[in-house]
Amino acid sequence: MSSALLDSLKAGFETLPPDLMNGHGVGPLRRSALISALHEGLPEHRVEAWKYTSLRALAARPLTLSNVSTAVDPALIADIPTPRLVFVNGVMDADLSQIDALETGLQINTLTQALRGDNPRAIAVLGRRFDGIANVFARINTAFATEGALITVAADAVIHTPLHLVFVGTALEADVISNLRHVLELRENAALTVIEHHRGSGNHRNLSNHLLHVHLKPGSRLCHARIQDEAVGASVIARSEAVLASNACYRRLDLELGASLSRHELNVSLQGDGAQVIAGGVLLADGRRHLDTRLGIEHVAPNSRCELPWRGLAGGRGRAVFHGGIHIRAGADGSDAQLSSRNLLLSEQAEIDSQPVLEIDADEVKAAHGATVGSLDANALFYLRSRGLPEAQARTVLIAAFCREVLDVLADDTLVQRLAPLLDTALARMEQTA
Amino acid sequence: MLNIDNLHASIGGTEILKGLNLHVQPGEVHAIMGPNGAGKSTLGNVLAGREGYEVTAGSVRFKGKDLLALAPEARASEGVFLAFQYPVEIPGVNNTYFLRAALNAQRKYRGEEELDSMQFLKRVREKLSVLHIKDELLHRAVNAGFSGGEKKRNEIFQLALLEPSLAILDETDSGLDIDALKLVAEGVNLMRSPERAFVVITHYQRLLDYIIPDVVHVLADGRIVESGGPELARELEAHGYAWVSDRIAPEAVA
Repeated sequence: MSSALLDSLKAGFETLPPDLMNGHGVGPLRRSALISALHEGLPEHRVEAWKYTSLRALAARPLTLSNVSTAVDPALIADIPTPRLVFVNGVMDADLSQIDALETGLQINTLTQALRGDNPRAIAVLGRRFDGIANVFARINTAFATEGALITVAADAVIHTPLHLVFVGTALEADVISNLRHVLELRENAALTVIEHHRGSGNHRNLSNHLLHVHLKPGSRLCHARIQDEAVGASVIARSEAVLASNACYRRLDLELGASLSRHELNVSLQGDGAQVIAGGVLLADGRRHLDTRLGIEHVAPNSRCELPWRGLAGGRGRAVFHGGIHIRAGADGSDAQLSSRNLLLSEQAEIDSQPVLEIDADEVKAAHGATVGSLDANALFYLRSRGLPEAQARTVLIAAFCREVLDVLADDTLVQRLAPLLDTALARMEQTA
Repeated sequence: MLNIDNLHASIGGTEILKGLNLHVQPGEVHAIMGPNGAGKSTLGNVLAGREGYEVTAGSVRFKGKDLLALAPEARASEGVFLAFQYPVEIPGVNNTYFLRAALNAQRKYRGEEELDSMQFLKRVREKLSVLHIKDELLHRAVNAGFSGGEKKRNEIFQLALLEPSLAILDETDSGLDIDALKLVAEGVNLMRSPERAFVVITHYQRLLDYIIPDVVHVLADGRIVESGGPELARELEAHGYAWVSDRIAPEAVA
């Protein structure tokens, strides 16, 4: 696919600050990633991993690389508690961020600091290779990422206060692309809760391209929520690469509530005995929103476990795409994999594509997967109405109930109570525009 | 209060109700009995406004209003309550939340002040103690994982809380053992008042030993073919529904 987007990236490559582009000798890595990306181009629907998501509209738009800070109204994030790290159009905002007086054991740096600093290990993640046209955004990320959150929790440190990562997109003269590379590393028996907020201000059509590396050492526990509620014109690419050692536990919730295009890829490698990932999400594809979530869970070690409850809603002309890939490798005996993708189609123009793919090469495993697409239960709707609830309210009650059980993946009532209103607000917004 | 005249209703092109007449005054309890397929549940569903039924002729007036012109939620708010034969399980919706939303939606419709959670809970506690229902039922999702008896008692609890002026019980006795049946009947009897009417739809006479009706109707082939006092229910029990069909046969020919 010829691409104004890639052309604009090529032109912008030389304009970025040389110290960030070449710090710790990463220059050649970046250049090679860019050359591969330009050479192979953007994937079309023939590429299996991009079968249901067209990049045609995105490819046609030149974007400016974002590296200057923009002021944003503090009111937009006033509800987000501290400690928090705030990025505006991909650039850290030191005024809105508040990471002083962190709990003992929690260490936060930024990629910019690391590239200018003296610890080459901090930027080792940039050396990770991503091959193939399907991984073009990871390559673009390697080529251009100069910012991101690098978070480490020391062994045995249990951090009680949730850490908030805030990403705000704003309307600028020209639409921008921001590339962020993050690392979340929990050492042995450490515990942390992280909440990502992706929000938009104004009617922008920026692209943000996030790549997150999660490293969970033995016995560590990460609770991670991501609330994607970007501006209606925004495009969001998010990819997480998680590696779990023995008895590590990764709880994760993704609420996909905003943007016009959002592609989320969650790859988890269960490498240690007893490692487990419990990851659920809600895809709320109303209006003309296109949401694509792709899970790749690799059971490498014995007795590893995954539990993946996902819900999709498609209304208006929205489209929700879900791919739930689970691979239980030879030797991962005693593993347990549970995937459910349940979807509600709320309008005739909306579309849902759900594909659970379970591949088992081990013995004695427990695995179950199911995907359903339906509409609201007419009996339940009538039951609620027969008790006096107006139809619109009855629908909202049923839709909220359908989504809300997924929040339990976090196993944290306080957190669920904080996040549920965000989901309810988005659902109410959907009902109003329906 | 409820005046049904010459009601014809069909589902999927098949006529189920074929000219049904029924007149219910406040304070009365009417039992509607009949064999399977007579149209008993159709009557309840048409009155409550379930989709899929087409009324082809006749009228239903409730307190002077054209009931059939109202949406299901408006019928509920006007005071019509249908206790479902098969109460619907709604996972993820808390029973208390649902009841308060329902009650307040009805109050709003009627231009009454909505109840805050304290007022609501006070009302709930009063009803619970009278009906011998456990608190625990309130904290669960609506009917989710309830036993058959619990579901039916939850219906009666809703009835008590919403205080409708007309309650239609659609085979509320089906699937209940004798103890559960007695509890349900007791709940209904507590709700009887000079302002409130009941239409009790049942296949068996058994329930009518505990809820004594003022009038018993026999519904067969979409029409009321016989009406009488409580003794009619016992005659039916003794002779079976075949006895009724024999009696209506001449009319059917005519």
